[in-house]
Amino acid sequence: MTESSDIAISLRRVTVRLGGRTILEDLDLDIPAGQVTAVMGPSGAGKTTVLRLVTGQLKPDAGEVWIGETRVDRLGGKALGRLRRNIGVLLQNGALFTDLTSFDNVALPLREHTRLSESLIRRIVLMKLEMVGLRGAAQLYPSELSGGMKRRVATARAMALDPGIMFYDEPFAGLDPISLGVSLRLIRDINAALGTTSVVITHDVREVAKLADHACIIADRKLVATGTPDELAASADPLVRQFMQGEPDGPVPFHYPAHALDEELMLRGESR
Amino acid sequence: MSSGAPQTALTAPLRELGRAGLFLLTAFSRMRFGPRQLAEILRQVYFAGVRSLVIIVICGFFVGLVLTLQTYDTLTRFGAADAVSTVLALSLFRELGPVLAALLFAGRAGTSITAEIGLMRATEQLDALDLMAIDPMERIVQPRLLAGLIALPALVLIFNLTAIVGGIFFAVFLMGSDPISFWANMQSSVELMRDFGGGMFKSVCFGFVAAWLAVWFGWSARPTSEGVALATTQTVIATAIAVLVLDFILSAFML
Ligand SMILES: Nc1ncnc2c1ncn2[C@@H]1O[C@H](COP(=O)(O)OP(=O)(O)OP(=O)(O)O)[C@@H](O)[C@H]1O
Ligand SMILES: [Mg+2]
Repeated sequence: MTESSDIAISLRRVTVRLGGRTILEDLDLDIPAGQVTAVMGPSGAGKTTVLRLVTGQLKPDAGEVWIGETRVDRLGGKALGRLRRNIGVLLQNGALFTDLTSFDNVALPLREHTRLSESLIRRIVLMKLEMVGLRGAAQLYPSELSGGMKRRVATARAMALDPGIMFYDEPFAGLDPISLGVSLRLIRDINAALGTTSVVITHDVREVAKLADHACIIADRKLVATGTPDELAASADPLVRQFMQGEPDGPVPFHYPAHALDEELMLRGESR
Repeated sequence: MSSGAPQTALTAPLRELGRAGLFLLTAFSRMRFGPRQLAEILRQVYFAGVRSLVIIVICGFFVGLVLTLQTYDTLTRFGAADAVSTVLALSLFRELGPVLAALLFAGRAGTSITAEIGLMRATEQLDALDLMAIDPMERIVQPRLLAGLIALPALVLIFNLTAIVGGIFFAVFLMGSDPISFWANMQSSVELMRDFGGGMFKSVCFGFVAAWLAVWFGWSARPTSEGVALATTQTVIATAIAVLVLDFILSAFML
């Protein structure tokens, strides 16, 4: 790769088609190393798709996905496994294992991928849980935790192996203002303490300003803006303005692509 | 597309079977046996077995009871009431034990395996495993497959045992048959390899098929509540059909 070494993740002219629709087209995206980057965009724009590309769960139909010097979309099997051990992912709803306690959830990647003694694992797990403020909930099962707590345990699990890259998919959705503040601080703390590259997927524009060093907006199959949160807020681009100001309709349509409504009603009528 | 309707009615199940077969091959090709894997297999044997134990014991007892009742009634008309224990043991060991236990197993353990894996898919737990570089095939699918293979033969043994207890209860305690000739007739007429061994071979096959279908329908379930509900139903239907068809084929080859 020719880019400077402070780019951790880069997507090059990536095209993704799913179910006959083009989700991303010729997308170029760089994520700087060691910083907190916010990936924003309207619902259904393809933010989670970007995450799935970077973790190698989804292969692009065209283009390249790089993490450092590794080309992710060419990896498979063991090499992909090694790469994933260095990526922590907080999925949209946490995805904790329901038959394991919080403690065992966090311990699972350690037991699986290291040969540490059980007493050492115990210390690491309790430290991680302490970091998310849930050491007291170590012996609780996911069904005994609130939505916000589940996501924090899942965050602890994601960082169990001290990954170089952390992804957070919608970490703020459905949180009360206090939990939201806790999550914000947590993401910053993890970033500072572990020196990770953090990618936060969100549509919460206000939180991004407090959190991110760097932000980008994906809409309409491509990257429409990138820069510091302040730069985006000051942007004159109508699309960026629509998103940052939260206007319901504008360059980004509210509707999923469809036939014109009257056309569709006519079609239905004829087929009867 | 509309002209392909009769064709899809035929090809859809075939394609599903092909996918399920590939899935099975993948599961076996990635088979590894670490100590943790063995512990997990044991845990699943325990779950699959214990989940089905109550229903197996109750149904086994009543099947033995009704089977003895019917044969006793029929055989006394021919003055052959002595043969009750023979008929009971042979029909249990060869057919009823493996088939009925497999059907009960599908209804109890099979459905919960399907629902469990389907819900893991729906709540992204399988994705989470994948993202942690833990192979869900190895950690989730294989233990449950092997557990079915081990648990069903054990359940068939218990089913047969309780059914014979049911038979003894009816014949000896209610009808007053001689317990010694009951046992002696059974012993002298049952061949270990042919009757008992054949039945156990069947139950290994049924256990394998039941676990395979349960795991497959869970794995391929659409990640929604309806998807999981549909998958559980499919497990019961498909296992019932597969077990009965397979039973005929195996019996035909064994006789
Ligand atoms: N397996 C799939 N098959 C077909 N289409 C899919 C599939 N997965 C996602 N899509 C489509 O891809 C688009 C992008 O999905 P994605 O999950 O990346 O959106 P998102 O930006 O994360 O949205 P949200 O903010 O609502 O989570 C959506 O329009 C969705 O309909
Ligand atoms: Mg998403």
